[in-house]
Amino acid sequence: MDLSLHTHKMHLNLGPSHPTMHGTLRVLLTLDGETIVDANPEIGYLHRCFEKESEDHTYTQIFPYTDRLNYLSALMNNVGYAMAVEKLLGLQIPPRCQYIRVIISELSRIMDHLVCIGTNLVDLGALTNFWYFFNVRETMTNWVERLCGARLTNTYVRVGGLAKDLPAGSDKELRSCLKELNKAVKDVTGLLKKNRIFMDRTQNVGVISAEDAINWGFTGPCLRACGVDYDVRKAAPYYDYDRFSWDVPVGVVGDCYDRLFVRFEEMVQSTRIIEQALDKLPDGPIEVANNQVVLPPKHEVYNSIEGLIRHFELIMFGIKVEPGEVYSYTEAANGELGFYIVSDGSGKPYRIKVRPPCFAIYQAFPELIKGQMIADAVAILGTLNVVAGELDR
Amino acid sequence: MQQLLDQLKQQFGDAVIETSSFRGDDTAVIKVSHLIDVCRYLQESCSMNFLMDVCGVDYPERKDRFEVVYHMYSQSTRKRIRLKVRVTEADPHVPTVIGIWKSANWFEREAFDLFGIIFDGHPYLRRLLTYEGFEGHALRKDYPVNKRQQIPTPISLLD
Repeated sequence: MDLSLHTHKMHLNLGPSHPTMHGTLRVLLTLDGETIVDANPEIGYLHRCFEKESEDHTYTQIFPYTDRLNYLSALMNNVGYAMAVEKLLGLQIPPRCQYIRVIISELSRIMDHLVCIGTNLVDLGALTNFWYFFNVRETMTNWVERLCGARLTNTYVRVGGLAKDLPAGSDKELRSCLKELNKAVKDVTGLLKKNRIFMDRTQNVGVISAEDAINWGFTGPCLRACGVDYDVRKAAPYYDYDRFSWDVPVGVVGDCYDRLFVRFEEMVQSTRIIEQALDKLPDGPIEVANNQVVLPPKHEVYNSIEGLIRHFELIMFGIKVEPGEVYSYTEAANGELGFYIVSDGSGKPYRIKVRPPCFAIYQAFPELIKGQMIADAVAILGTLNVVAGELDR
Repeated sequence: MQQLLDQLKQQFGDAVIETSSFRGDDTAVIKVSHLIDVCRYLQESCSMNFLMDVCGVDYPERKDRFEVVYHMYSQSTRKRIRLKVRVTEADPHVPTVIGIWKSANWFEREAFDLFGIIFDGHPYLRRLLTYEGFEGHALRKDYPVNKRQQIPTPISLLD
């Protein structure tokens, strides 16, 4: 006699507009009771034709678009894109510019992780941590506002340099931000590390093995949580990252708990890098001395015909880049952010392809949530830190 | 770095159409028919365990109009290589490399969506960034940018 109840599978449409979907993601879940049997994600709700638009803009005009890729750490996208164009040009940027780029990259990494961890914990029902983290993030955003006038969409970096130098008193302000950050990280880890509810919700949830993660193209904290110590800053150091003393935190299990705590530890490591960069910050120019790339100073534009012509040509026709193609990559908050640029020798790129880190990671989402509960799907999605802005471009 | 390209040339001979290095990036253009063999060789013998990126590029004036560009990375040797295959507009078929790297899945779907390159053997080759019912392929150079498209309706995703 068959005593089991006859059930039939139910479909649940999660997203695209749902508070836990971190942007506009849609997943169609097939459920057996509350267990996920199958999942089919659909992306593209935030597709803004970044790559097509870029083909019709000069290299400098593309910076504002890169802000909107991963809008939680816009400064880092600026740096990644600028590095790609500079690689294409074969430019070596001055030391002060490199150090400032290190500082803003690490600061945006911290800001990105703060949002990722904070919102993910809100999804899990822990609201307090969100306020602890956003207090700190607010002080950092205030500094970024003083740096470039914008809080989120910064457009601070330029090809061959920066829009302007650090504002006065940055050293003191940043160090006090970092102090507050360390306090907030201590507070939040104190609340979480041995928290029974949090451990039950995250440990052994959404586990992925190192081999699978590599095969799926995982990079960044999600890969390091599986115990693989791949970090672009160590594997192919750019901007003197090899001269700072810092460590690459790795996890063991590759579950949600590890992914979150790798991010916690990365924030601590980033503060170490920023402090060393502030200590060693060299004096000197923040732009290359190459008038084919950077805009001439204003007094030359207003007082000399050469300056005016140079300015006009750079604005109207853009920076002339020799034909060729490069793939340049940086360690962004989510992993390897790659830019593949093809140049045909004009002032506009022939083709730009962005390799957003969370694109590769989000592919594996159906595999990760199969067999788990709906609530686990939300926890897993949060720890993957999928940002629709860079996923859909 | 050059040695990896030499190794490929030695191993595959005529299948490697041309090789080049620019700004430290190594590129090998290979025949479409040998793509799977070369990829498998790179993964197994050159420990290229990451497939970082797959994308299309459109050159309307060329005989082989589309290029499909693959970027691989080896974590153990810390080397990178860029692999290219070229296909014509009339026959835009490239075998899928999902069997070697799962990460190719969405990257190939994106190239299909935006360029119309067909990846033979792909298990779920549907549009990714644009929607079902979108006419044309948006990143082709001859795509009319002012073209109006029909308003999309959500697809069921049930199949």
